[in-house]
Amino acid sequence: MIKTKGSKIVTQDDVRYIASLSRISLRDEEMARLTRNLEDILHYVRKLEEVDVRHIEPTSHVLPLKNVYREDRMRPSLTREDALQIAVQQHEGFFKVPKVIQ
Amino acid sequence: MKLNELTAHEILDLIRSRRTSISEVYEAVTDQIQTTEKDVRAYVRLNEKPCHADALDAAAVPVPIGIKDNICVAGQETACCSKILAGFRPPYDATVIRKLKASGAVFVGSTNMDEFAFGSSTENSCYGPTRNPWNLDCVPGGSSGGSAAAVASGEAIWAIGSDTGGSIRQPASFCGVVGLKPTYGRVSRYGLVAFASSLDQIGPLTKDVTDAALLMNIIAGYDEYDSTCADMPVPDYTQALMNDVKGLKIGIPQEYFVAGIDPEVKAAVTAAIEVLTEGGAVVEEVSLPHTEYAVATYYIVATAEASSNLARYDGVQYGLRRQPAAVRKNPLIDMYEETRDAGFGPEAKRRIMLGTYSLSSGYYDDYYLKGLKVRTLIKQDFDHVFREFDAVVTPTCPTTAFKIGEKMDDPLSMYLSDVYTISVNLSGIPAISVPCGFSKHRLPIGLQILAKPFNEEMLLRIAYAYEQRTEWHKRRVFER
Repeated sequence: MIKTKGSKIVTQDDVRYIASLSRISLRDEEMARLTRNLEDILHYVRKLEEVDVRHIEPTSHVLPLKNVYREDRMRPSLTREDALQIAVQQHEGFFKVPKVIQ
Repeated sequence: MKLNELTAHEILDLIRSRRTSISEVYEAVTDQIQTTEKDVRAYVRLNEKPCHADALDAAAVPVPIGIKDNICVAGQETACCSKILAGFRPPYDATVIRKLKASGAVFVGSTNMDEFAFGSSTENSCYGPTRNPWNLDCVPGGSSGGSAAAVASGEAIWAIGSDTGGSIRQPASFCGVVGLKPTYGRVSRYGLVAFASSLDQIGPLTKDVTDAALLMNIIAGYDEYDSTCADMPVPDYTQALMNDVKGLKIGIPQEYFVAGIDPEVKAAVTAAIEVLTEGGAVVEEVSLPHTEYAVATYYIVATAEASSNLARYDGVQYGLRRQPAAVRKNPLIDMYEETRDAGFGPEAKRRIMLGTYSLSSGYYDDYYLKGLKVRTLIKQDFDHVFREFDAVVTPTCPTTAFKIGEKMDDPLSMYLSDVYTISVNLSGIPAISVPCGFSKHRLPIGLQILAKPFNEEMLLRIAYAYEQRTEWHKRRVFER
């Protein structure tokens, strides 16, 4: 069964944690609104508790597809120049990002 | 009727018999845009006047088309109506674009949509909402609202949309046009910006069923660039337009006619079913017992997949990049967070957060895995019914188009407006929405037909037979 913390499904702390997992920084007013929204939606989603799925397999994909292979051969593809045209910043043929290691 | 109010097949007849030219058709479309686009706002970008090859081979389909802003066109901005992708010019064509170019299509522009297709009203666009041409105070539906509104207003002859939970069919219903969601795997998604990869499909929005068949002939089929695309032969869909439903077994799911349905919608759909009965179809009530769990299941599965698909928008390679002035955590994490905060709108954030929650440690089994299991039950409901029935007929939406702003503060009530379209995506089956009436406020009502996987021909056959017996598809919004 779905766990609850008191009467609320999600607290502001949960939402702060999910936001950090999602790599989204939220302003305070957004935090309050999202907490309210997620509470409403998750409350509705708990409807699924009524359904007995003990002997049911999950469906992640509707087609009976297994691994799809293709021949391992060379074929034309984007050039590095074409691919890098969309880069925010580039440097000598690479995507350039902020310094990661201080 | 003006040229831009005609269907594609009518225009093709005129072009092929040299009674008009593609230039004249294109001009009629751009004239319409000049007159009504300031009110409707179906497009987010209009293309430069294309060069028309007026001497075309007989198989060409040189028809002005609108393309949803989540389908990549090489060298042209494709932004998914999101700030995070503003200015993004993909270096390649989506497979459907490549096929349309080969067919001689004339690209009018990019149509408006909810950001990343997150929504049912086209209000979640970073460019602002599109309005319903039938009533400018109402939404056109969504997320392919721009495509539906462009076709309904004659600002395109036909259009391409995408459908993850109803995003072709619901706007088709709200705007009084035909919208078809093909079977999962029938049309390549290569070059479609991913929302929920186990649900997304590309499909046509058109003025009538014949046009839907013609556009399917162009876009359907195997593609080695999309590993989920089915390697199955594509029929000539126009062969399904036989105007005969005699002896077909059609199921009416009782769960779709319960509380929440607008009485005018119910009356119109009931009358439509009567038309099919008079045509010789054998209509019986059926049960899809897990229907009431579809919306909850969808908003677990779709948001989980979305949160994963949208992880790529981090400012590293392409799209928006933002860096806060002062270091908060470290420069890289700061860039991710600042970029995603500035780039995503409220609904995108909501869905990413919801999906991240149901995939996170401690909640995965209770939400995501549970959702996938209920999805199995929803799919089994259809498998069971389709063992005995050729098709299922329902309303496309419980109501007609709602007012702009009406549901924006209440995400859950917005989600519930997809209640009749969502099970189709969860099960991977094809479905079509066709106009079946108008409310007393002159807003369109849609009839939805569902069939077995890879049986789009059954949808087209029943929809065409219905259309031949009614006049709804001939109504034009701006006709005097």
